[in-house]
Parts: sequence; structure tokens; C-alpha cells
Amino acid sequence: MDQLIIQDLHVSIAEQEIIRGLSLAVPKGEVHAIMGPNGSGKSTLAKVLAGHPDYAVTSGSVLMDGENVLELAPDERARQGLFMAFQYPSEIPGVTIANFLRAAVQARLPEGEELEATDYYAQLYKKMDLLDMDRSFTSRSVNEGFSGGEKKRNEILQMAMLNPKYAVLDETDSGLDIDALKVVAHGVNSLRGPNLGVLLITHYQRLLNYIVPDQVHVMVRGRIELSGGKDLALQLEEKGYDWVRDDISEPALA
Amino acid sequence: MVKENAPLDIERNLGNFAYPETHTHDAGTGLSEKTIHYISDVKEDPDWVREFRLKALRTFLSKPMPTHWASKDLEAIVFDNIRYYLSGGTQPKRSWEDVPDDVKRTFERLGIPEQERKFLAGVEAQFDSEAVYSNIKKAVGEQGVIFVGSADGLKHHPEIFRKWFGKVIPTGDNKFSALNSAVFSGGSFIYVPPGVKVKHPLQAYFRINAENFGQFERTLIIVDEGAELTYMEGCTAPKFNTATLHSAVVELVAMKGAKLQYITVQNWSNNVFNLVTKRGLAHEEAEVKWIDCNIGSRLTMKYPGVVMKGRKARGEVLSIALAGDGQHQDTGAKMVHAADETTSNIISKSISIGTGRATYRGLVHIPKHLKNCKNNTECDALLINASSRTDTYPAITVRGTGNSVQHEASVSQVSAEQIFYMQQRGLTEAQAMSLSVNGFVNDLVRQFPMEYSVELKRLIELEMEGSVG
Repeated sequence: MDQLIIQDLHVSIAEQEIIRGLSLAVPKGEVHAIMGPNGSGKSTLAKVLAGHPDYAVTSGSVLMDGENVLELAPDERARQGLFMAFQYPSEIPGVTIANFLRAAVQARLPEGEELEATDYYAQLYKKMDLLDMDRSFTSRSVNEGFSGGEKKRNEILQMAMLNPKYAVLDETDSGLDIDALKVVAHGVNSLRGPNLGVLLITHYQRLLNYIVPDQVHVMVRGRIELSGGKDLALQLEEKGYDWVRDDISEPALA
Repeated sequence: MVKENAPLDIERNLGNFAYPETHTHDAGTGLSEKTIHYISDVKEDPDWVREFRLKALRTFLSKPMPTHWASKDLEAIVFDNIRYYLSGGTQPKRSWEDVPDDVKRTFERLGIPEQERKFLAGVEAQFDSEAVYSNIKKAVGEQGVIFVGSADGLKHHPEIFRKWFGKVIPTGDNKFSALNSAVFSGGSFIYVPPGVKVKHPLQAYFRINAENFGQFERTLIIVDEGAELTYMEGCTAPKFNTATLHSAVVELVAMKGAKLQYITVQNWSNNVFNLVTKRGLAHEEAEVKWIDCNIGSRLTMKYPGVVMKGRKARGEVLSIALAGDGQHQDTGAKMVHAADETTSNIISKSISIGTGRATYRGLVHIPKHLKNCKNNTECDALLINASSRTDTYPAITVRGTGNSVQHEASVSQVSAEQIFYMQQRGLTEAQAMSLSVNGFVNDLVRQFPMEYSVELKRLIELEMEGSVG
């Protein structure tokens, strides 16, 4: 079965180990949520999967449908079908969303093949309709002067256009009010399907009221300490992360 | 993306080829009165031109090199090693078929006269010292528009030519304008009669083909009352091992209510010293607009200016400079307000890559006795590598009440996070950089004619391809 498999991953930044032997598998077609307290290494995991140059993988592997993605440059991973929705997406002044996405779609075509403008716009507008977006949105510069909600919607639009095999959503709910949260959840839900595996990273349970996960994993101190069904999120909401911490027998760190 | 000493090998293959020299006229190396007489003899100059040149030579020799601000790199120019005049003949061809084969191949590789057929009203192509091809569309010629080489202009239209030649930029303006005045050859002379609005642009193409050569074209454009013109020039040279000098003088005159737009896309190879003096004179309610794109060259010193002489005249400079590794783009603008209610606008964007250095110098002068003059200056610099450099030297003199001036400057850097974000969407590092640079200049480029904005985008992509390791 096609899946994104993370095996015994160790990651450091500036000599400090952040991820300490994390293992996880996300089968294609499923939505897995990673929850955890602040500083547990959730966002680091997302960045490492995407290939951010600041982090050093000291051991372990990440396989996407059998291919070792750690050997690939960030742009190669992306073209192979790995997408990450950023917690803090960058601004690109002077470049419209339409032109940015066009360059990204073009980058996925075989060498020498030109993207047909009319096909591209037809596809873009179809996705925008799916996500209930105003047509004028894509003529704005990428993330420049965007509200938190607009930035996240832009991430979801890009995800819709680039048809990834696996998508990592890093704290997509952070900084969103309830209306924006619903819009983003609607976007993710409408992209759910047998050809997409989603890894949803979140601090709060509330997002999971709108995007119901197949599996919930609890990450503490750089590794998955607990996994379970969607009810696990509710338990966390009720009992807090300390409950998991107390549950862990890790005398070395106590 | 900030990187220490990222290697940079700029590809400039479109222009990087040279054909063997077959010049019938060669003034030899070095500069003396003999050189001037040789040039005047070959060009069959009228006496007043020969005198003008000799006087200019004396001015050139007596003037020191600019030192108060100029880069030390100027000292690398050895005037005695330069060849000042090279040509295969002095008569430009009116038909493309008559142009010699090697020259024809050169310009065909650069896309001329293909562009002429597509969207230009007329083309002049200069190969080393002389125009080899000059053509204007019949309909435009019938409106009374004159578009010829400078030699033709001074011989056949002396009544207009002499009136303005050397008046906007006097010989002694600076050492390089004096040098140009002494040895000028080629360049365009254009006259647009009152009320004539030339719909399509006229274009000149300057090509240096010979090593150790100095190209000194001289362009004079007069747009008469209420007339309108867009003029474009493009420049290339192959990569030689030794320095080549390009030192042009461009004088523009916009009579009452006239509109003149002058567009340059320079893509010199990185051993060309590009020291150019450009100035326009705007009479009452006239508008002179410079659009200036400087890519390539070893050192460019160029500050297009507008003297707003008549009431309500307008001056504008939009410039983009891209300084690649080892290059110095020292560019800017000069706005001299000399009448009431005159307005000027300067928007300058520069990009420095590797050890490239971009310098902006802006002069804005509004004297005390004037009323209701306005200037707006914006200059933005983008640094690509940690070793890239940018400097801004505004010189603003605004006196009196009721005049206003506004100056904004910014320096930004392409951030590692921004590049990573774009890479995460599937773009390579080079594609990400070039998109980011194109975004930076986008609001300016949108004002360019379509063909030039496409060309500029392509040139930026080529530069960025080479800028990542």
C-alpha cells in the first residue's frame, strides 16, 4: 500500500536534538492528526519532511511510496508530490498568486513542455470555485498584506492546484477565527480522497471538529507517545497533555 | 538567499559571438589630432564639425578624470590602447539584402530585422562605428519624420541639427561627453514635425564587434510642438578579454506639449565600460521620460537627466539596474527644475548579485524663485548574496516655499525563508530567485512595451540561473 513512512527519525538543530526517534505511517487516503504541547517538535517535523536546510537529520528515514525523500532537494520532494502548508507562509512581493502557481504547475511538466495558459486558468478557476474563492484573489501578490485567514486559504488553494500525494499541514488553524477555520476545513475536506494522505499538525482539538481524522497521534518531546482513533483528541481536550506526560514512563527524563 | 561568495558565471550567450573583422576604415589605436582628422576625412565632415571635434579633443585632454565620486575602476581605462574608429563603410544600407553577410548574420542572431517587421516603425543598426542599416517605414517617412544616422543628420538637415547639437549636453559637461564630442560616430538623428504622433517605436541597435574598441555614438532627437515619439535602443557586445569602451551622448529636445519616451535595454558583456551622458530638455508642458535598464557591463556610469525649462514640463526616469558578480552599476537620475509648476518622478530599482554593486545617485534641483514644483523619488535595492552591495547618494536641493519633494528608499534581501517557500512549491532555487527578482521589478516593468518586458524577464532569468551554486 502507498504510504508516507517515517522510521526512527532523529533531527537536530544547532547540536540540539529536537526529534528523537519518531516513527509514523500515513497511508494514502487517510488523514492523520499530530497533536502535542508547544515545543514538542511538531513544526520541526513538518519542516524536516519538506527539507528545510536549517535542520540536520542525524538518523532515520522518510519514505514516500517507497522512495527515500531525505535524499531529495526541497523542490524535488515537492515535485514528487509532497506538499506542506506553512504555519507562516512567506510574502513574495510583486508576484501574483496566479503567476506563482503557474510557475509551480509549469515546474511539474516535463522539460520542454509549455503550460497552456487557457488550460491553466480553467483549472485554477475550477479549484477556486470548489473553495468558494473570489476570482480577484489570485491577482494579489502572494501573501503580501494578507490577513491570517487569507494566508491559510492561499495555502489550501495551492494544495488544491498542485495535487500532492501527501500534504503536511503545519498548524493551519493557528491565528484563525472560527469562520476562517471553517473555510479552511471545508477546503481540506473537499480535497480528501483516496489519492491524498494528510498529516495534520495542530495544537488544539477544535480543528478536529471540522476535519475528522482517521488517526490521532500525540507527540511529546520529539516522539509519538500515543496513537489512537479520533476519540483520543477528545480525551486530550478533556485531560490536557499532562495526562499523556504522566502516562509515559520515561525515567531518564523525569 | 544569502550565501557567501556564491560562484557566478553569467551566461550571456545571445550576444556572445564575434565575426572576424573586415573593416575598410581603421583609425588605429590611441587618440590625437591625427585620429580626429582621419575620422573627419573618412566621414567627409563639414568644416564646422571638424572644428567642433578638435576643440572637444582639447577639452577632453584638459579635463581630469572624474574623481569626486567615481569608482577607482575608471583608472583601468587606457585611452592609448583604444581604437576610436572602425567601419566597413560609411553609407548605411536601406535594404536589408544589401547589408554585408557577416553583419547581417550578427543582427539576425540578435533578432533584427525580425522585430522591425513585427512592431517597429523604423530601425537603425550600428556595427562598431557606423550604422550599417537604416530604415524607416514609408508611412512614417511621409509624415515628415526624419530618422537617419547622425552623419546624415548633420550633412542633410543642418538647419535643425546645428540648432540643438551640443546644446543640451555641452562638450565640456564631463570628460566623457568631451571624448564623445571629439570622436563621435554613428547614433541616430530624429526629427518629428509638429503634431505628428509616431504610433510605433523607432529603434536603434548598437553592436560592438571589435576588441579594444570604443563606440561613441551620438544621438539627437527633436520632437516638435505637440508631437509624440517612443525610441528604443538595445546594446550588446561579445565577451572579449580586454576592456571595451562605450561612451555615448544622447540629447533629447521636447518642444511645447511634446512627449518623448526613450527606452534603453543594455546588455553589455562584463568587460565593457559604459559611460554615457543622457539628458533631455523639456519645454512648456512637454514630457521627457527615460526608461533605462542596465544589465551587464563592467562599470556603468549613467544618470539620465531632464531639464524642465518650460512651465508645467514633466520629467521622469524609471530605471532598473542589475549588477552581477564583479560588476558595478552606478546609475541614477538628474532632475533640474527650471520653471514653475514642473514635476519630476524618479523610480529606481537595483539588484545586486554576488559581489555586484549597485549605486544610486540622484540629483534634484529646485531653485528658490520657482513655485509649485514637485519631485518624487523612490529607490529600492534588492541584495541577493551576503557579499552584494548597494549605496544610495541622493543630492536634493530644494529651496523656496511651495515646492515639494518626497524621497523614499528601501533595501531588501531575498530571504532564505522566501526561497524555501517557493522551493516547497516545486521551483528550483534559480527559478525561485528569478521569480523573486522579477516580482521586485514587476511594477516598473509593467510600464514597458510588451516586447521589452519579455526580453527583460528573460535576461533576469539568465542572470539568476548563473547566480546559484
